[in-house]
Amino acid sequence: MNSLLSLYQEIILDHNRSPRNFRKLKHATHEAQGFNPLCGDKVRVYVEVADHRIRDIAFEGTGCAISTASASLMTEFLMGKTLEEAQQFFESVRHFLTQPPDTPPLPGFDLGKLAALGGVRRYPARVKCATLGWHTLQAALSQDAQSVTTEKDPHA
Amino acid sequence: MSTSITSERNRSPLADRMLSWRDDFPILRERVHGKPLVYFDNAATTQKPRSVIRVMTEYFEKQNANVHRGVHSLSEVATTLYEEARKTVARFLQAGSPSEIIFTRGTTESINLIAQVLGQVVIRPGDEIILSELEHHSNIVPWQLLCEKTGAHLRVIPILESGDLDAEAGSRLFGPKTRILALAHVSNALGTVNDLAPWIRLAHERGALAVIDGAQAIPHLPVDVAALDCDFYVFSGHKLYGPTGIGVLYGKSVWLERLPPWQGGGDMITSVTFQKTQYAASPQRFEAGTPPIAQAIGLAEAIRYLEAVGYADIQSQENRITEYVLQRLREIPGIHLIGEPRERAAIVSFVLDGIHPHDIGTVLDQQGIAVRAGHHCAMPLMEHYRVPATVRASFAFYNTLNEVDVMIEALGKTVELFGR
Repeated sequence: MNSLLSLYQEIILDHNRSPRNFRKLKHATHEAQGFNPLCGDKVRVYVEVADHRIRDIAFEGTGCAISTASASLMTEFLMGKTLEEAQQFFESVRHFLTQPPDTPPLPGFDLGKLAALGGVRRYPARVKCATLGWHTLQAALSQDAQSVTTEKDPHA
Repeated sequence: MSTSITSERNRSPLADRMLSWRDDFPILRERVHGKPLVYFDNAATTQKPRSVIRVMTEYFEKQNANVHRGVHSLSEVATTLYEEARKTVARFLQAGSPSEIIFTRGTTESINLIAQVLGQVVIRPGDEIILSELEHHSNIVPWQLLCEKTGAHLRVIPILESGDLDAEAGSRLFGPKTRILALAHVSNALGTVNDLAPWIRLAHERGALAVIDGAQAIPHLPVDVAALDCDFYVFSGHKLYGPTGIGVLYGKSVWLERLPPWQGGGDMITSVTFQKTQYAASPQRFEAGTPPIAQAIGLAEAIRYLEAVGYADIQSQENRITEYVLQRLREIPGIHLIGEPRERAAIVSFVLDGIHPHDIGTVLDQQGIAVRAGHHCAMPLMEHYRVPATVRASFAFYNTLNEVDVMIEALGKTVELFGR
């Protein structure tokens, strides 16, 4: 079970059992629906932006432990951040999740709790579970796309 | 206690015979993540016995040539082997003649072929094609494409909560506009065995054609197309212990003689000029280009192998495993079996409260157990049961009760890990 425990660390199991900011935002300025057609996971991400800053961020949906925990950690992580910071985090997290195991994170980026998601790098079939929420956020903030699918990005 | 039941049952003559057949499958001795492989994804594809691997290797090493072309000896050998394979399939299905057997790439291609050629001669705007809520995407989308092209409409036979077809509601769909019934013999997601005869009769009473998707049936039960009286029956080689890249389309000769070609190319003509091409008769008319020769030979060997094992033993062993797995699964708190059909092939779908099927699939994989987690290419069916996905365990005669115990134990660990 050792390598399993590296995938399903306590922090992942905890965020799966009690996802943070798991709600609908009434005053969302941005929102998008994310869908993984391979497994049927669906996530909707809501963001309330004011003065280039994320005032509130939340999500809803159905998904596996990895996608739920990743989206939950994302909302915790980005609450109150500026849009520029959010964009940087997206790039850094995507880099972290899609590189081979043991690749160091991008310089100047403190993963914090998100390091717990690193276990997916040993499970190529599960990487898209971890990136779904982040791609959906990206779509919400970019305004043009209202729905994303994990199948559009061959590198994720 | 369950272990002692298992070992006792494993000493039965049937179990002994099955264990000796199991030895013919080299891959079943592999280890995954350091654990003995427990292969419960047989509805996705079955493993291959040594004899199938051997005839295909032999073909490439000693007999490889193109068919229906050369006058040289190897081409004649290859042609004979390929046409013998067709005869084996015809006999296996109780077809009237080998010319009723068309080789394709698989079930999906067989359905697309028949949908497209029937579309040219049978379907008019406003006509209706009936299928069921149980269907795999491969028996939905080709018909949808045909509807878009011709202005025909789909009608869907609903299912009951048990996963059986709703005969009452379904039979009301048949009417004067019904042209085609496209129905699964066995559901890939739930294991439901459909009682085909009344449905085929209903179709014929309305002058409609019956196309049966046998991909999930043929590994588990003997199929007699003459007795079924279906117009078309399709299946894939790789779900029948044969190779990928080969499928079968059986069609009644009265239909195949009347239908136009599908793809154009070599091998499907009798003469070509720039003014007019004469098409060959079935099956050549529907097999343009070089066919999957080695795969057809492999499929024929898989059929011979399956017949040597015998459907009687296959069904006894698979029923024994399926009953045991259902009994053990019901012991797990928070489990929900998806579909409890009257008659079931060796396929079981379930969900566990609070644990996503993909997480279950990953945890089981770590224990060496291969199951399918997902929507099983049957999204409308998942919608019906209001689940995004299920875990599906599907069995073959080479599986054992001990392997079921390994899975049940791993499911227990999964429940523990996710700490409900």
